[in-house]
Amino acid sequence: MHEVGIMEAALGAVLSQARSRGAQRVHRIVLRIGALSGVDADSLRFAFDAIAAGTIAAEAELEIRDVPAVAHCASCAKDFTAVSGAIFSCPRCRRLSGEVRQGRELELSRIEMS
Amino acid sequence: MNTTSETPRLEKFRITPLSGPAASSSRPLSAPLSAEIKAAFDASPDGEVAVQSVDVRIPLLEKNDILAERNRGYFLGRGLVALNLVSSPGAGKTTLLERTLDEFGHETRCAVLVGDLETENDGRRLRRDHVPVAQITTGTTCHLDASMIARGVEALDLDRVKALFIENVGNLVCPASFDLGEQVRVVLLSTTEGEDKPLKYPPIFKSAHVVLLTKIDVAGALGFDCALAVENIRRIAPQARVIQLSARTGEGFAAWFDLLRSLVAKGR
Repeated sequence: MHEVGIMEAALGAVLSQARSRGAQRVHRIVLRIGALSGVDADSLRFAFDAIAAGTIAAEAELEIRDVPAVAHCASCAKDFTAVSGAIFSCPRCRRLSGEVRQGRELELSRIEMS
Repeated sequence: MNTTSETPRLEKFRITPLSGPAASSSRPLSAPLSAEIKAAFDASPDGEVAVQSVDVRIPLLEKNDILAERNRGYFLGRGLVALNLVSSPGAGKTTLLERTLDEFGHETRCAVLVGDLETENDGRRLRRDHVPVAQITTGTTCHLDASMIARGVEALDLDRVKALFIENVGNLVCPASFDLGEQVRVVLLSTTEGEDKPLKYPPIFKSAHVVLLTKIDVAGALGFDCALAVENIRRIAPQARVIQLSARTGEGFAAWFDLLRSLVAKGR
């Protein structure tokens, strides 16, 4: 529901980076969105189309990279990628883990501009 | 007229098709450049389009995260425990707090920040002579954020307060992304919801330190399977402490108050 606000933050950062580097046009924006970020990629795209209109990023391609959830298993002392949705069960010992090591990312990763 | 000089600019290279069918002549590659590409070429003296690719790695909630860390430092410095209470609308956050303030609130000084889109109804329900309470009305925003907490806290007299309860906007999605600077996140699940709610809304449950299963006094009438709900909570959030309680009968509140006491003792 707050995807518009998050996209506004992303676009604000993109435009200020573009300004400070003297770019006239933004071609591509790469976001990294974690599986546990609670943010929906389609809503982000929808928000982007709405708020980027009229800016130098209006024609930019928005690439959203999904960052998978990674949890830590204390008994195996190893990290593992969560394969089945939200239940983090260690593939080696089956133990459930609540120690999230990756997957909460909400990041503006890269900008291509000229 | 000399016909051999008609393409002098192509002298540098030559293309000779050697096999396979010849390309159809209608391919548009030699069409005039689009205005946009032409402008980019013109802007670059060597005829190269200087596209910069910059790895910026900017966290999109950076502002909130920084403010949240500041709040956390402030709470730690004051020796108080801040708890962020999150649930669907109607899961019983306000009722839980009413009973908590009326009982636990007399042994340990508490304060409350309560968020809603509109009305001060919850703030009024929680008002007690012995408890500083402030209402945050967010307008249209579906969650509290760290700046609202920073400003809300300024409205409270935190003198001798050891437990600050933050009642978030009723929403199981958005509050998961917004760190308020709390030390403890408490997620409520009521027996009027489905036992599978933790499976449907994993991010918020994954971020919980404590999960309270509320309204257990009516579980039987509702046909709600508490054991199944607890199993689902444990599958999604094995890190969380789970307490089953009823704010109407008081069942389970001894365990909740014991937990609050240990948190307050740790914060000291």
